[in-house]
Amino acid sequence: MAARTLFDKVWTAHEVVAETADTPAVLYIDLHLIHEVTSPQAFSVLRDLGLPVRRPDRTLATMDHSIPTSTEQVFGNVPIKLDAAAKQVRQLERNAAEFGVELFGMRDARRGIVHVISPELGTTQPGMTIVCGDSHTSTHGAFGALAFGIGTTEVGHVFATQALLQRKPKTFAVNVEGRLHPGVTAKDLILAVIGKIGVSGGTGRVFEYRGSAIRALSMDERMTVCNMSIEAGARAGMIAPDEVTFAYLMDKPRAPRGAEWDGALARWRSLVTDPGADFDSSVDIDASLLEPMITYGTNPGMVIPIGASIPAAGDEVFDKALRYMGFHGGDAMLGKPVDVVFIGSCTNGRLGDLEAAAHILKDRKVAPGVRLLIVPGSQSIKREAEAAGYADIFKAAGAEWAESGCSMCLGMNGDTVAAGQYSISTSNRNFEGRQGVGARTLLVSPFTAAASAVRGRIADPREML
Amino acid sequence: MEPVLRVHSKTVVLASSNIDTDQIIPARFLTTTTKQGLGRQLFADWRYRADGAPDPDFALNRPEARGAAVLVAGRNFGCGSSREHAPWALLDFGFRAVISTEIADIFRSNSLKNGLLPVVVDDATSRWLLDNPGALVDIDLGAARLTLPTGVSVTFPLEAFARHCLMNGIDELGYLRSRLKDIERFEAARSG
Repeated sequence: MAARTLFDKVWTAHEVVAETADTPAVLYIDLHLIHEVTSPQAFSVLRDLGLPVRRPDRTLATMDHSIPTSTEQVFGNVPIKLDAAAKQVRQLERNAAEFGVELFGMRDARRGIVHVISPELGTTQPGMTIVCGDSHTSTHGAFGALAFGIGTTEVGHVFATQALLQRKPKTFAVNVEGRLHPGVTAKDLILAVIGKIGVSGGTGRVFEYRGSAIRALSMDERMTVCNMSIEAGARAGMIAPDEVTFAYLMDKPRAPRGAEWDGALARWRSLVTDPGADFDSSVDIDASLLEPMITYGTNPGMVIPIGASIPAAGDEVFDKALRYMGFHGGDAMLGKPVDVVFIGSCTNGRLGDLEAAAHILKDRKVAPGVRLLIVPGSQSIKREAEAAGYADIFKAAGAEWAESGCSMCLGMNGDTVAAGQYSISTSNRNFEGRQGVGARTLLVSPFTAAASAVRGRIADPREML
Repeated sequence: MEPVLRVHSKTVVLASSNIDTDQIIPARFLTTTTKQGLGRQLFADWRYRADGAPDPDFALNRPEARGAAVLVAGRNFGCGSSREHAPWALLDFGFRAVISTEIADIFRSNSLKNGLLPVVVDDATSRWLLDNPGALVDIDLGAARLTLPTGVSVTFPLEAFARHCLMNGIDELGYLRSRLKDIERFEAARSG
């Protein structure tokens, strides 16, 4: 058989019907993750057509986008402040009960951001096809799964059939060799990739991240990389599973056990790109040349090393972005003022990210006038961070420590940044208004976010490690 | 879904590249549990001023934009989140087609499933359209062809099955459900 890519192997193994010139492939979906924002209209379609969720055993629901992060609202007697969010949460509770879908509800100890909890549970596994009505579903590709975001109509298709109609995308090898220097993280790596190939460089393609720098990453870090594939336009990004992956999965609650584990492991080990397999395109990155990165504009491709200056001039879009940000061509990023710092999200809300933040914040204080909000990616991570002493470090530094959720990444739940304020954020999108109307977002790693919170200005974390 | 055979309309131009779905419909409006009525919130942060009044300078608010069913936008339209609320909002406002040199994958897929045509054209055609807001254009689905008032005519890529569904008003779910026997066989073969 001809040499095949990892993507090719996973795709072919899920082809119920192969594509033809006239019809797309029918692709089987192993795991369907749902949340409160993009599922209600899909449940309505099922109801209108009198259809059940065909495979509730392959469907998992949680609430993360519009849910409050305030402990009083989640666990106390204080009602959810935003009426529309409360309605959406109740709607998901009703839908899950009516259609027999397992739901990790608001007070469930296993609740969290959908892309954080599925790996924690061990429901995300190598070689699977995983979809969710959320573009950051690409996160699960870190396990060698083919995972991509879908719209609500397609959520309905998966509910009704456990399959999707898909055209086969092209492949794109992202080769990263060399070692990252201390203080340079997976977030900086993926921001550099996006900066190099642009925000639409991956359109119509599935990335495979390869090379020694990728192999050296932990699972938390690999998830950060795959998470932001969509910010380069790629619906999915994959990393071949290896010993790091298997060690992560071994003791997870829903990972296979005993003989099943041995069988799974044998299958998973074959999920690598064969030597000599061709990719449709590729890019090479030298990890040893990378520095902490920071965005200065209104898309994740407008990104530079933290010690660099904003380009002197650009096109109309560049000018518009700089006007929105209140920056000027040629400005240095270091030393610019900070109003809010957000550490969290499906990009950087895992334990490794909180550990990095704690490393910087230990025995230090958040600068006066700066709000530092730290939101764990899941309730499980919240408990782990508390047990490890990170939460105490955060609180002693003057940070707010909240219940898990998407929170200030997209500000749906009321955790927002005020107009004109600068937000140094570990999230994934610096689009206009993403964190609140008129909010100005700068994307960074947890190291850079924590260091900037302490200085009250944009700071290079390498001085504080 | 109503069959879509042809769109014949003047255009509105938003020349920015990388217009993301957060601009098309900001996240704070996603707490809805229906598809209806999102047109009012389309491009909300660009369309309305801080006091809630429409910004008269924004292209969609100008009198000449009234009735336009074709949006011409800069490169990489619809990037960002998977929210189907973006095409729902564009359709509810009255748009039937979006023309750009590049359209993001998930937005494109969502648009096709709702009868909003993603039309990808070459740089020269795009340049002309960006420079001539209000131009009367014709989009013929059968031929996958866009014709400008100058008489210039270009074809655009349109996946065969999506075109078939659009032109016949077919919901893709019907086709997918017709393959349920295949799906069951697939599940049985891998015993799960």
